[in-house]
Amino acid sequence: MTLKEKNRIKRENFIEDHGIIYLDKVSMSYPEEGAPAVDNVSLRIDKGEFVFITGDSGSGKSTMIKLLLRELVPTEGSVYVNGYNTKKLRHGQIPKFRRSLGVVFQDFRLLRDRNVYENVAFAQRIIEVPSAQMRRNVPSILSMVGLAGKYKSNVRKLSGGEQQRVALARALINKPSILLADEPTGNLDPSNSWEIMNMIDEINAMGTTVVVVTHSPEIVNAMKKRVVTMRKGIIVNDEEEGLYINED
Amino acid sequence: MKISTFFYTLWQGVRNLFRNGWYSLASISTIAACLFLFGVLFSIAFNVRNILMTAEEAVSVTVFFNEDANKEQVKNVIGAEIKSRVEVANAVFHDDDEIWEEFGKSYYGDDYAEGFEENPLAGDYNWEIFLSDVSMQDALVTWLQSLPEVRKVNYSEITAHTLTGMNSLVAYVSIAIIVILLAVSIFLISNTVRVGISVRAEEISIMKYVGATDFFVRAPFVLEGILIGLLGSALPLFLIHELYDYVIKYVTGRFAILSSMLNFLPIEDIFKYLTPLCLIVGVGIGFIGSLATVRKHLRV
Repeated sequence: MTLKEKNRIKRENFIEDHGIIYLDKVSMSYPEEGAPAVDNVSLRIDKGEFVFITGDSGSGKSTMIKLLLRELVPTEGSVYVNGYNTKKLRHGQIPKFRRSLGVVFQDFRLLRDRNVYENVAFAQRIIEVPSAQMRRNVPSILSMVGLAGKYKSNVRKLSGGEQQRVALARALINKPSILLADEPTGNLDPSNSWEIMNMIDEINAMGTTVVVVTHSPEIVNAMKKRVVTMRKGIIVNDEEEGLYINED
Repeated sequence: MKISTFFYTLWQGVRNLFRNGWYSLASISTIAACLFLFGVLFSIAFNVRNILMTAEEAVSVTVFFNEDANKEQVKNVIGAEIKSRVEVANAVFHDDDEIWEEFGKSYYGDDYAEGFEENPLAGDYNWEIFLSDVSMQDALVTWLQSLPEVRKVNYSEITAHTLTGMNSLVAYVSIAIIVILLAVSIFLISNTVRVGISVRAEEISIMKYVGATDFFVRAPFVLEGILIGLLGSALPLFLIHELYDYVIKYVTGRFAILSSMLNFLPIEDIFKYLTPLCLIVGVGIGFIGSLATVRKHLRV
């Protein structure tokens, strides 16, 4: 058995025992700020779960996403995603780690000088998918998000809802095991917000673990999923089929 | 890396050049303007140096010998000693009979010998010595004067010292100007490349979030930097090449009186050094500037 296979089995066993996302007494402090943004947080998310992370501004939910993406490394404790200990990842291993995640942001973060097709295909380019296969995969995922007819459009000319769908298609094309969404409906009107959330729900139904950071009570309360509520860097509530808890 | 990925990154580098048209234009213009100025000064410095060197080559020392010296010995033995000196680039022996013939003809015409029973310039045979470096004239003159056969050494101390001084001055001033201009060019060009890439920091971070490797992100930017550097250095080279002959014709026509002194170099002689220098500066800065700037944004 090769070292690569051994590591893969080790990671699978870890996921089996501790979940696909596992935070073990994690604290994260920024040098310029006094209080930690995340303070001694422990959390387990199993394969296939749909979890909302909610809380008001400054509660630490965005820091959580950055920790899961390995944009930040915890100052204390350990973050395990897909069986990888993010603290132990070398710089050269980060791209491979991130390819196992799909990410959607509030501001879409699309390559603004490229069209819809190129934005989605970019995720396939980096894992060196053969061109012929890419030409099949991209239209397929674009029809799934309802943008098959707009593959040539420049992303700047799309509405907010359409841009978020492109971002979703890009996040999903490599079939990630986890989808991380940071305020995915933050810049969308209610109708587009629901369309995006329904798509994310369908993706979850197909087996992808979903973590959505949001401060939208309407969405959280309507979807009846697991809700992790944060306040001042601490998890104050963690409930299956939970509701949005206001600070006051 | 797959061959398709290689060509993709190449293609992205070329496309980036057009996608960011204004930035590319600004960068190419900055590089071209800096290197044009550099090239013009380089050409001037090279030509001034050449004119001085031509003047130096014309500077000679003439040495005359005692009446009792043996002409054959002076011609062969002392001649060989003179030619073996490091200060000497070339030496010409002038026979007294030939001198009289040449001088007489030019002064009195073909009947120059009439009325003269003997050569009036007998014993004035001499060695005309051309220097390899005019600054070494003093050393050569001292050695010549120490020879027992030597009667007189004709040389111009002022000419030699003036030329040596001017040569050093031109060398120092041109080196200083070229170094300053090169430093300013490097600063301006690298700043332009840096600003151009910094405004695309978000694009780089998006690529990194999606899981692109550093190489995948960096390669198109670096290629773009190289292309900008290449175009930015080719443009002034082309302009200088086209303008050079025209300017020389104008200068020699305008200052016809000085045309014998103004010995300009052919463009090929200048471009032998200027082309690699401009390409190294332009492409080098484009390459290193983009590499260093992208590297800064890769830590996402």
